[in-house]
Amino acid sequence: MIKRSFIGLTKPILKYEALDVKTPEPTIIQEPKKVSLLIDRTYGFKDTILLKSGDTVKTGQKLSVSENSDAYVISTVTGKISSIETLAGDYGKTFTSVSIEVDENEEIDDQFKTLAAEPTLDSADNFLSGVPGKPSFKIFSDPEKPINTIIVNGVDRDLLVGTNQYVIKSDIDAVKNGVRILKKITGIDNILIAVPQNLMQDAIGGGAQVVTVDSEYPATLPAMMMQSILGQILPAGQSCEDMGVCFLSAEAVASIGTAFEEGRIPSTKTVTFINKDGVKSLASAKIGTPVRDIINAFGVTLNEKDRLISGGPMTGATLYSENFPVLADTDAIMIQDRDNIPFISDYPCINCGECVRACPANVPVNMLVRFLEAGQYEEAADQYDLYSCIECGLCSYVCVSKMPVFHYIKLAKYELGRTTSAEATNA
Amino acid sequence: MNSAGPLQRRQRMLNQKKLIVSHAPFWHDGSSITVRSYHTMLAALPAALFGIFTYGMPALGVVSLSISFAIIWELLINKVTQRTVSIGDGNAALIGLLFAMLLPATSPWWMVATGTFVAVVIGKHIYGGIGGNPFNPVLIGVAILMVAWKDYFDFNEALVNYDLKFAMVYPLAAAKHLGTSGIEAFSTAGLLLGQHSGGIGATFGLGLILGGIYLIIRGFIRWEISVSFLAGVFVTALLFHMSDSSLYAGPVFHLLTGYTLIGAFFLATEDSSSPVNFIPMLIYGAGAGVMTVLIRNIGTYVDGVVFAILLMNLINPICDKIRPKALGKVV
Repeated sequence: MIKRSFIGLTKPILKYEALDVKTPEPTIIQEPKKVSLLIDRTYGFKDTILLKSGDTVKTGQKLSVSENSDAYVISTVTGKISSIETLAGDYGKTFTSVSIEVDENEEIDDQFKTLAAEPTLDSADNFLSGVPGKPSFKIFSDPEKPINTIIVNGVDRDLLVGTNQYVIKSDIDAVKNGVRILKKITGIDNILIAVPQNLMQDAIGGGAQVVTVDSEYPATLPAMMMQSILGQILPAGQSCEDMGVCFLSAEAVASIGTAFEEGRIPSTKTVTFINKDGVKSLASAKIGTPVRDIINAFGVTLNEKDRLISGGPMTGATLYSENFPVLADTDAIMIQDRDNIPFISDYPCINCGECVRACPANVPVNMLVRFLEAGQYEEAADQYDLYSCIECGLCSYVCVSKMPVFHYIKLAKYELGRTTSAEATNA
Repeated sequence: MNSAGPLQRRQRMLNQKKLIVSHAPFWHDGSSITVRSYHTMLAALPAALFGIFTYGMPALGVVSLSISFAIIWELLINKVTQRTVSIGDGNAALIGLLFAMLLPATSPWWMVATGTFVAVVIGKHIYGGIGGNPFNPVLIGVAILMVAWKDYFDFNEALVNYDLKFAMVYPLAAAKHLGTSGIEAFSTAGLLLGQHSGGIGATFGLGLILGGIYLIIRGFIRWEISVSFLAGVFVTALLFHMSDSSLYAGPVFHLLTGYTLIGAFFLATEDSSSPVNFIPMLIYGAGAGVMTVLIRNIGTYVDGVVFAILLMNLINPICDKIRPKALGKVV
């Protein structure tokens, strides 16, 4: 954990992880006996369920839970479905978890292979939205929000994480193929690759214009990159897609490239593993591998009351079980020892102004948090720029009172989002 | 759907390791209110110790009594209002120390007790405790005492029995009543080294400046407020001095006497009652500086720091609305 420096006059400086000159070799995590794949649960209670326990699935087979839902997952292994359960995620999201017992004799489903020769947006949308990096193809077919720029993210969103940088360094050819295919299937020519300064040379082989991103947190968050790369300021409350800009991670682009080039759907995810003492290593694991397998592979013991995090230290999400699988967008797995967990407090804001100085979006956090604490979310949004927040978490990081500021902000956005959608339904 | 039964699922959960789940970020920079309070006290210590050495046991008595009383009042109000005990954050002790530093060494015990009560209970806890106070609690305490028992705050009268190795007349009183001729005995170096009478911890200029610089470097106070406060005092005093140099003392004299330095580094910078944005901090600091000299030179009070800062505390909420536009904000 990076502590406050002795000289506290300046803003905190948090540098992103810079990958070594030598490309690190990821530890290969053995294929597990059982994988679980998560599907967004979007179907209704009356829908017929297409999967059942005992079904056999092939590697690369498309699994959907219901005919009425277009959510699907691509099986990363061959085997027999052992159970189907519902899992709860953050902010009331639910998943259907499909567990598959792995069969040693792998069989490949060749439905995608026949389509791969002629890449189209449809086949990408139908088979590749669950590849490592989790690209979204829906946004390219939304007529209301035409996309005109794609930014390939060769930088990682959070501190300590090196997954996308590793992809740029080790597999730039796949990225190049991905860029070429993306240009073809989306018809968008304006594709940029964003990398940190030290990967400038590596990224040139990607076949797109290379731009560099500052190495200081939070320069790689989408809103910041919009500003530094494109010179566009993201209007409060809008997403980058609304502005016609789409961010795809380098790993996603590389997966698209590999998929169409080789006619098989990639299923191996690169994960940055961050140890209890902050040591980082790379691992590559099949999507669906339980997180426990990665922890065991590095010989780390996870104790009661430790913290298990999917993602980095500033914006990640905690997992409540080590059985949770590696997902298509799990860029990092981080473990915090129970003795190193900083606790939050119920102290009020003392108005010291640290958050105001740290905020990259100029949000008056000191006032905002007073309204959020009182549950006055609408006033917070109207008067104190709730929607300008780019969700970097620096306010909580510097808070002298140890208030869960970022938590309050996310809660307020969630609650306001619920009211708006309820109003829309009732209208 | 073939899903595991609730009992089975609960069984499995019981066998699992229980992990801490919470919201991002998972790091904290390690700062805390306690650290902040204790380092502010540390920075104030040189000036306070100097006062104790100058005025001896009575000063030590006042300082100890003030800190103890401040903590006791805080504890009592915590109990009465049934809130969590907050004396551990060091804020009450800090209020006690700063309060004592403003008092004359001869203050009677009941005055210290009343003053700290006003500071901690009326200045801070009535508004909901730390972070809620619109005024600097220390200054509320001092202001009430100054109005209620004027004579005890007349430093000439209070310190009449002291004969130290320098002119025992209170410099600001001399300047007010006698003009520039009355303050010839005070050299700049003497004022810096505490060779003048005044509050226990308010006279040792060098100590206060060093403490202030320490706080600024560590980021515990906002330099904009201190610097603009001193600049406000300097410029206003300079203008007065230029208009009539026999009647009004020079700017350096105003900077080093009375509560100016302790005000600039320890009082005006109190977190809750001061602004956090850049321009408001400058307005707030400079405004307090200008008001200080206006009260000293034209007003009835000998020293204006207390009321000047309290007055600027009043405009703080409105003043702090001047802020940079948030990212992507469409007005």
